[in-house]
Amino acid sequence: MSDALLDVQGLTVMSGRGSVVEDVGFKVAQGQVLGLVGESGSGKTVTCRAVIGLLPTGSLAITKGSVRLEGQELVGLDPLAMGKVRGRRIGMIFQNPSSHLDPVMRIGDQIGLAVRHHIGLSRREARAHGIELLRQVGIPDPAARIDNYPHELSGGMRQRAMIATALACDPQLVIADEPTTALDVTIQAQILRLLLDLRDKRGLAILLITHDLGVVAQTCDRIAVMYAGRIAEQGDKRRVLTSPHHPYTAALIRCQPASGGGQGVLPTILGQPPLVGAMPPGCRFHPRCSRMQPRCREVVPPLEAKGDGSEAACLYPIEAPVLEFGR
Amino acid sequence: MHRFRFVLWRPLQLLPVLFGISVITFVLIRSIPGDPARLLLGTRATPTALAKIRAQYGLDEPLWTQYLYFLQNLSQGEMGRSIVFKIGVLDLMANRILPTVLLVVGSVILSLLITVPLASAAARNRGRPLDHAIRLVSTAGLGLPAFWLGIMLIILLSVNLGLFPVAGFGDTWLDRLHHMVLPCLTVALALSAVLTRNLRASMIAEMASDQATAARARGLPERVIFRRHVLPNSLVPTINLLAVNIGWLIGGSVVVETVFSLPGLGQLLVRGIFARDYMVVQAIAMAFAVATVLINFLADVLTVAIDPRIRL
Repeated sequence: MSDALLDVQGLTVMSGRGSVVEDVGFKVAQGQVLGLVGESGSGKTVTCRAVIGLLPTGSLAITKGSVRLEGQELVGLDPLAMGKVRGRRIGMIFQNPSSHLDPVMRIGDQIGLAVRHHIGLSRREARAHGIELLRQVGIPDPAARIDNYPHELSGGMRQRAMIATALACDPQLVIADEPTTALDVTIQAQILRLLLDLRDKRGLAILLITHDLGVVAQTCDRIAVMYAGRIAEQGDKRRVLTSPHHPYTAALIRCQPASGGGQGVLPTILGQPPLVGAMPPGCRFHPRCSRMQPRCREVVPPLEAKGDGSEAACLYPIEAPVLEFGR
Repeated sequence: MHRFRFVLWRPLQLLPVLFGISVITFVLIRSIPGDPARLLLGTRATPTALAKIRAQYGLDEPLWTQYLYFLQNLSQGEMGRSIVFKIGVLDLMANRILPTVLLVVGSVILSLLITVPLASAAARNRGRPLDHAIRLVSTAGLGLPAFWLGIMLIILLSVNLGLFPVAGFGDTWLDRLHHMVLPCLTVALALSAVLTRNLRASMIAEMASDQATAARARGLPERVIFRRHVLPNSLVPTINLLAVNIGWLIGGSVVVETVFSLPGLGQLLVRGIFARDYMVVQAIAMAFAVATVLINFLADVLTVAIDPRIRL
């Protein structure tokens, strides 16, 4: 993995009250899909916004760490150079296509604005390019749809249009922040399949942010599980999902509806995730952990390689595959 | 183009509005104490002379008969004769309409020319000294009455600097435009005070919107995002605010035309009220009502043109 396209190391984002993201590191190779998984508030969205240098509020700032795209450091890059990375080399797909597309601008112009700016295509070339993109993301009758306004498209079509805007300048990496959360289940599957298709055709690297392990299982090659702003565990998707080392990962998997066999009460993880500024000392998961030992309160567990290629940040990791199905 | 279909039926809404306005102005002006015949002929007029004038203008008839006459005239495209000027009200208004139209149109254009750059500068420099300065000035502008502002502008730009005429309306077109600058500026400054605050607020909201974030994620420079995404999205509420204020603006033309001695409809309206020149007052009130409705209609067309989601 030394040839990683995106290499994030030790990324720390602070707000006024404390760290929102701490010491987060992961790599995405070309043609690979990395799933960044975590509960709401675990810092996954802030992490991906930090990667493209667009933190959601002014009170957040990257204080440590590096984000490298093909070896080029993006942290601290001046706005002009960063503008050439965003949209051009990294495309971004947002959760809610209805609010992230301009309601008063035609789809074609929203795609066209980016390609005209980054690649310098003429108005006519940009339009032809836009029609081709809409065709590639599976929008029927693209030559007519390109003149539509976002509200004239269905939710699924709107998300496809947003994917087209993200792909407009042929980026190497696409960051998809909960791309299917706002869509219904059948459309979700179509959009995920589209992303995988694009990965195969374009050799795209995808950083997929989601809270849904089902989405991860369907699409990702690798997983990074985040908890309270830190990476709890990461590794190959199958390894992590079948033999998790971190108690949090194991608990998350147990909480999936399918793993309960559809009977009885769905297990939950007791307690609430900690708030920024009130992080527990030591391992951030220890107040909710069933395997908690006294040392967990004091020592911050480092992310350590396990024998099977996974990395987990736990002092007392689950070593053998002890995943219990159907409790 | 089906979203513009309302253009066809919307003008029909004018009819009930006009009916309401005509009844109200007709009754109200006649309930003011005072008698046009007496005002016209003076205190020493003989009862015979007074009666003759009243009969001539139908003022001796019951109120509802007078209203029916008025409607009958209206259906023939007539608005009656002015008691004071002794000519048809429509001819009278035709002579006086130009300064008022120029005043309204000029102030709207000027206020947009002031508002859009000021609001943009404030929104893009939010929290910085420039923003505070613009907000301070516009807040102060809200508190200044138009007549005072007009007089101050006359003193500063006309009397002291000699840039513009003090009052009146020119003869050639160039001269007229020259005369219109100060009145338009007076109205535009007052109007911009309201509009700038509104536009700045919606621009700031749009700059923080999801779609602006998405545009930034596409790597567009901030100035392109502002011009192409933020500006169109924030204009709609301001256009509607402007349309609402036009009613106020037309009413305000009365004051401004008086301050600048412009021979416009506003000034004519004031004279008509003082002389109890019923025909003139109701005709001008109707004209102002029509103008207000039409301008709001125009604002609706513009709103629909900018925001394709809006259906009317």
